Amino acid sequence: MNSTINNIDKSNVINAINKGDINSKNNKNIIIEVKNLSKLYGANKVPAFEMMKNGTGKGEVAKKFGVTVAVNDISFEVERGKIFVLIGLSGSGKSTVVRCLNMLQKPTSGDILFEGKSILNFNKTELLNFRRYKVSMVFQNFGLMSHRNVLENVAYGLEVRGAKLEERTNKAMEMIEMVGLKGWEYKDVSQLSGGMRQRVGIARALANDPDVLLMDEPFSALDPLVRSDMQFELLSIQKKLNKTVVFITHDINEAFKLGDLVGIMKDGQLIQIDTPEGMSSNPANKYVENFINSADKAQIYSVKHIMLTPSCLIHSRDGVNNALKQMRVHGVSSAYVISEDMEFVGVLPLDNAVKVKAGEMSFNDSIIRDLPVTTEDTLISDLLPVAATARYPIAVVNEKNKLRGIVSKASVLSSLV
Amino acid sequence: MPKWFIEFPKEISFNIKDFIDEFINYLVVNWDAFFDGIKSFLKGFLNGIGYFIDRIPWWLLILLVFFLTWKMSGKVGRALLYSALLFSIGAMGLWPLMNTTLTVIVASVIISVIIGFPIGVLVASSNSLNAIMRPVLDFMQTMPAFVYLIPAAMLLGLGNVPAVIATTTYALPPLIRLTSHGIRQVDVEVTEAATAFGSTKWQALYKVQIPQALPTIMTGLNQTIMMAISMVVTCSMIGTTGLGQEVLISINRLETGRGFSAGISIVIMAIIIDRLTQGIIKKREVGNE
Repeated sequence: MNSTINNIDKSNVINAINKGDINSKNNKNIIIEVKNLSKLYGANKVPAFEMMKNGTGKGEVAKKFGVTVAVNDISFEVERGKIFVLIGLSGSGKSTVVRCLNMLQKPTSGDILFEGKSILNFNKTELLNFRRYKVSMVFQNFGLMSHRNVLENVAYGLEVRGAKLEERTNKAMEMIEMVGLKGWEYKDVSQLSGGMRQRVGIARALANDPDVLLMDEPFSALDPLVRSDMQFELLSIQKKLNKTVVFITHDINEAFKLGDLVGIMKDGQLIQIDTPEGMSSNPANKYVENFINSADKAQIYSVKHIMLTPSCLIHSRDGVNNALKQMRVHGVSSAYVISEDMEFVGVLPLDNAVKVKAGEMSFNDSIIRDLPVTTEDTLISDLLPVAATARYPIAVVNEKNKLRGIVSKASVLSSLV
Repeated sequence: MPKWFIEFPKEISFNIKDFIDEFINYLVVNWDAFFDGIKSFLKGFLNGIGYFIDRIPWWLLILLVFFLTWKMSGKVGRALLYSALLFSIGAMGLWPLMNTTLTVIVASVIISVIIGFPIGVLVASSNSLNAIMRPVLDFMQTMPAFVYLIPAAMLLGLGNVPAVIATTTYALPPLIRLTSHGIRQVDVEVTEAATAFGSTKWQALYKVQIPQALPTIMTGLNQTIMMAISMVVTCSMIGTTGLGQEVLISINRLETGRGFSAGISIVIMAIIIDRLTQGIIKKREVGNE
C-alpha cells in the first residue's frame, strides 16, 4: 500500500508507486495506525466474524447470522500533520471507521494504534484522557448543545476536563475569533446559520487543542457556496495549527481538494489509498475510476457557486479619501468602483490611490477600466485561462453590466480538483 | 349445545383476590412498624408544607399568580383573569380548603419528582429496564385510581397521609415515562459529542442529556401535577380533607350548589397551575428552537 507521499511532484509519486519503493515507516511520523479493523453489528457478531475470517463471503455470513458487516478488515496509516480523507457512498462504513478512532464504536476485531499505543486497551481513565486531550470530533449535523450559547459550546471540552472558567473562556474566545465568529459568543446556537454552526463545531473541536481532528462529513449539510468557504477555511486552519485531520466525505471533489491522502471505501472495505494525484492517474479499478469520473460530471461548477461579495466597494463619484479608508477598513489592496446604478466601472488599486492622494495622478485615471469580467453562469473551466492571468479578483456582472460579485483567483483554483 | 359453550364454566377458577388480600394483611400485621414510620414521616412532611402554605397571605398568592402569568404570557388581560379566578375561590369561602388540597398536591408532586425523576433517568439508560418498566407504568396508569385507595387506607389509615401515597402512585407514571423519553430522544450526535469530548457518563447526563431533555421532562411534570389534581376528589373517599371532601359531602347531601363551588375551585386551581407550568415549558422551547 502506498501511504503518504506528499510534496513530491506528480511524476515522482507515480514512479514511486510503480516501483513500489515506498519509504519505510521509520521516516514517517505516523500518528494513527489502523490494523485489520472490522466492525460487525448484530447479536451473533462473534461467530459471524470467526466464519468470515475463515474465508466465507461477507454476504453469506450476513445472511446466516443476521449481522451487518459495517467495516471489513481495513488498514491504513495517518501521518501527523496531514489530512487523511476517507470517501465512500453512504453505507460504505466510513462513519463507523471514524467512530472507532475515538471509540464511540468499539471495533469487533483489529487494532488501532495512537502514537504506537493501542487505544483498544485503554482503561476508562486513559480513554477519557485520550478523548479530552488527543482527539476531538466534528459532526455532520454539528452536534451542538442547544441549551448552551456559542461560548459554552466551544468551551465544553475544556469544561469536562476541569479547566477553570477563566482559562476556558479565554481559550474559547480565541477559537471563536479564529473561526470568524467574534461578536457571536453569547448568541444562542439557534440564531446561527448552518455554516456558522459548523464553525462553532470546529471551534469546539479546536479548543481542546487536540492532536487529531476527526471530521464526520462536516460540510455535507451545508449549501455548496458555504461548503467551499468552509473547505478553504479548514485548509488554512489546518496549515496554521498543523493538526492531523481524518476527514469523512462522500464528495470526491471535497476529498481531492482537502486530502493529502485519500482512501476510498466500498461495502466496508478500503479499495485504494493514494494521493489525489495518484488516484486520478492510477485508479485501482473500475469503481474508483467511476467515482473519479463522477467528480468531473459534478464539476459543472459555475461562477455563481464560488463568487464572493466584494468587501470594498466605492462609487465613482466618491473621492480618493473614502477609497483609502474603505481599503484600510477591509484590509484589501484594491477597491471595486461602481456607478450610481451598480454598473461595474473598474478597479482602483491601492498604489494608484496613494498616487492620487499625493497629487501625482487624477482620480479618473487611477481607475483601471479595461479588465476582464465574467458572468454568473460561466463555467469555471472556461474562466480558468482568464483567472490565471488576472491581477485582481475578476468582477462578475450581469447582462446589464451590473456588478454581482467577484471571483478571486484562489477560489477559482481551489474549486478545481 | 352445552351450557359451558356460552357461559364461562364456574369450575375453572383461580383466585388472585385471596392472594392479594393475604399479602396486604401480611403487610399490615408484620410491617406495621415500617408503615408507621412512613406514616409519621409523611405526616411531618405534610404538616411542614401545610404550615408554609397556610402562612402565604391570600393577596400575596393572587399577586404572585398575576405577575407570573403576566411574565409568562405577556398579556395583562390573562393575568387579571387568572387572579380574579383565584380571588373568586376565596370569595366562595373555600380558601382554607384550597390550601389543604394544595398541600396534598404539592407533597405528592414533590415525592413524585424525588422518586420518578431518578427512575426515569435509569430507565433511559437501560433497554432491559425500559422493557420491564413499560408494562409496570401501563398498569399503574390504567388501573382505576380508586383501587389505590384500598391498600393505602389499610396500610396508612385514613386522612391525608394515604392520600399522598395514592396520589403519588397514580401521578408518577407520566414523569417517569417522559423523563426517560426525553433523554432517549436527545439528538444522537449531541450525545456522541458529549462522549467524544471526554465527558464521563455522569457529566454527559447532567451537562448535556438532562438539560436537552428538560422541555420533555417538564411536560411530564405538568402531566403529573394535573393527574395529582384529578386525584384530589377521589382521595376524599378515604377521608382526605380539602376541596375534594367538600365535593363528597355535597354528593351525600345532594347540595348541587356547594358541589359546584368546590368543583369550580378545583378547575380554577388546575387551570392556573397548568398554564403556569406550560408557560415555563414554552419559554424553554422557544429558547431551544
